[in-house]
Amino acid sequence: MSTRHPPPGRQLPIVAVTPFPRAAAGALRDAQLRANLGRATRTIREKRAAVVAEVPDWEQLRDRAARVKDDVLDRLPELVDRFTRAATAAGATVHHATDAAAANAVVTDLVRAQGVDRVVKVKSMATQEIGLNEALAAAGVTAVETDLAELIVQLADDTPSHILVPAIHYNRGQIRELFARRMPGFHADSDDPAVLAGAARDYLRRTFLAARVAICGANFAVAETGSLVVVESEGNGRMCLTLPDTLIAVVGVEKLLPRFVDLGDFLRLLPRSSTGERMNPYTSIFTGVTPGDGPRRLHVVLLDNGRRRVAADPVGRAALRCIRCSACLNVCPVYERVGGHAYGSVYPGPIGAILSPQLTGQDAGHNATLPYASTLCGACYDVCPVKIDIPAILVHLRQTGPKPAAERAAMAWLGWTMRDRRRWRAALRAARSGGRPLRVLGRRHGGRLRRAPWPLSAWTTHRDAPLPAEESFRDWWHRTHDS
Amino acid sequence: MRIALFVTCLNDALFPRVGIATVTVLERLGHTVTFPAGQSCCGQLHANTGYPGPARALEQSTEAAFAGHDVVVSPSGSCVAHLRAHTRLPVYELSELLVDVLAVTDVGARFPYRVTYHPTCHGLRMLRLGDRPLRLLGAVRDLELLGLPEPEQCCGFGGTFALKNAAVSGAMLADKCAHAVATGADYLAAADSSCLAHIGGGLARRPGAPRPVHYAEILAATGAGAVG
Ligand code: SF4
Repeated sequence: MSTRHPPPGRQLPIVAVTPFPRAAAGALRDAQLRANLGRATRTIREKRAAVVAEVPDWEQLRDRAARVKDDVLDRLPELVDRFTRAATAAGATVHHATDAAAANAVVTDLVRAQGVDRVVKVKSMATQEIGLNEALAAAGVTAVETDLAELIVQLADDTPSHILVPAIHYNRGQIRELFARRMPGFHADSDDPAVLAGAARDYLRRTFLAARVAICGANFAVAETGSLVVVESEGNGRMCLTLPDTLIAVVGVEKLLPRFVDLGDFLRLLPRSSTGERMNPYTSIFTGVTPGDGPRRLHVVLLDNGRRRVAADPVGRAALRCIRCSACLNVCPVYERVGGHAYGSVYPGPIGAILSPQLTGQDAGHNATLPYASTLCGACYDVCPVKIDIPAILVHLRQTGPKPAAERAAMAWLGWTMRDRRRWRAALRAARSGGRPLRVLGRRHGGRLRRAPWPLSAWTTHRDAPLPAEESFRDWWHRTHDS
Repeated sequence: MRIALFVTCLNDALFPRVGIATVTVLERLGHTVTFPAGQSCCGQLHANTGYPGPARALEQSTEAAFAGHDVVVSPSGSCVAHLRAHTRLPVYELSELLVDVLAVTDVGARFPYRVTYHPTCHGLRMLRLGDRPLRLLGAVRDLELLGLPEPEQCCGFGGTFALKNAAVSGAMLADKCAHAVATGADYLAAADSSCLAHIGGGLARRPGAPRPVHYAEILAATGAGAVG
């Protein structure tokens, strides 16, 4: 189990402080982590595949959902405006935050105005993206995560490693030890999951009943009605959304849907894709405030934080369709082996590799290494419920991002050589004669090279390298077919 | 039928036997194969590594080299996928040409070995080759087909990924090799020489592992001789 602290400086938690290859190589050395991840992702993968197979119109659902989201991105300003008017009419106060600092300032002021030093939180990616808990802590306010896995991660001073299963890298022995150390009032000495969950429930109950302010995100925001939708499994969300007097929702602008009826398709797509359930246990839909029922004050902070800029990129914008189901993480062969921390962002896996560098710009930290954290195998695209062509966006980001000078020179030379028939033929012949001494060396290993000098040693560390053939295909063709 | 062969740069330089096997199979079925000499690389390497300029130039030179050809075949799933996405060439992966266009599954091959098949990612998810290669292999005389565990898992090659993220690539390769060894097959077949170079390089370091082979080489075989 790794304990990580926020990076020095006030960098957003979507900026990688370590190049992906180095962070990944470190994670690979943790055999326990790899075993935990392999088991967990395989289980979710199989559950998802089974429940998706039950839906005969799955492909049509994906197409429709992608179209609705693209339409939202086309008309963001209009829908933001419509949502603002509808929510305000229903009694909510809507704030517009252009970046993380602005959103954190709005929320901190709102909390301070209530005179509390403790708030409860429903798991929300948007608040993690802007580092809200850290900003609140700096203002003397403790934010208690109430989603069980988020609570575990928070008690450990750790960062989540999966969008949906943030504590995927912990086993129950580790969790019991953690509760004993950090959870007030914890006595149990068993690591039975039911006992651990029961202890967390008691602790959270007391916390809910004492809370006057809650902070949440939203899975969807309906422009037509000004409604917010929170989809969850544990019921902690329902408690946070209904018990406190003041509710503050931080919502990325891309969560908007035009009409209430659009929700239907998304509520079918999301649970099957994320937890592999037909329907999630708790879906809360709320609109403004209702006297005598639920919070008396509802604040909605609509967050941009780079989204409008991403929406202007004709290829990259599709990343904003994401509904954070995490299906792409669970099928990703790279994620399965290195886990979420290697991506250096609250958004890990394939979606993180295309979202973090776009939200921050590729010059932020080592985010430019993220688009290369993929073999382009396409498994993520196949499962994405909103049909984001993640491999295409990875390639797009590689094509628009920074590159090492030596690589640029080598690729330019190679392209120049291959483009011309005579140059290419000469290069093949040169490779063949250059390969002759290597072939002698490689004879012991079935005509392959076992050890090569840098930079090809990156290849031969893990596998033998093939050698140029004695006769190229085109020379063979010339000899056998052209005369 | 006149069929133009796009052999791919990798096969041209490193694995000419895959091109030769493709020619052998098609000629045995009575077709005329041509080899437009202006071809080299489809541009996939440059495009996927982040160099759209050289990629575009190579896509265009490939398109020019095959101008006027009605049917182009290539024994590489990833190159076919790239050309299909970036040019207007009528290009088929070998199993698509055989099964869909020429309507044959039995190409008259004999290969008395146990073979397991790895469906490469481009073949599986971009071209949707489905069971075409397996149907072709299934019709080969004396060949015993063995199932590969977790076949749809990527082998970890990914072009320059194998160099840029060598450690992760190596971990994925280790799992793929372990699955291949577990089958007890004599050969591991696939539809892409690039993935095979990577997997084969890993298998070569594991005693008793299957040998890598392009399925075209199996389709070209008619005797008892080993290939690869
Ligand atoms: S990119 Fe697609 S699959 Fe991945 S989390 Fe977002 S919606 Fe889910």
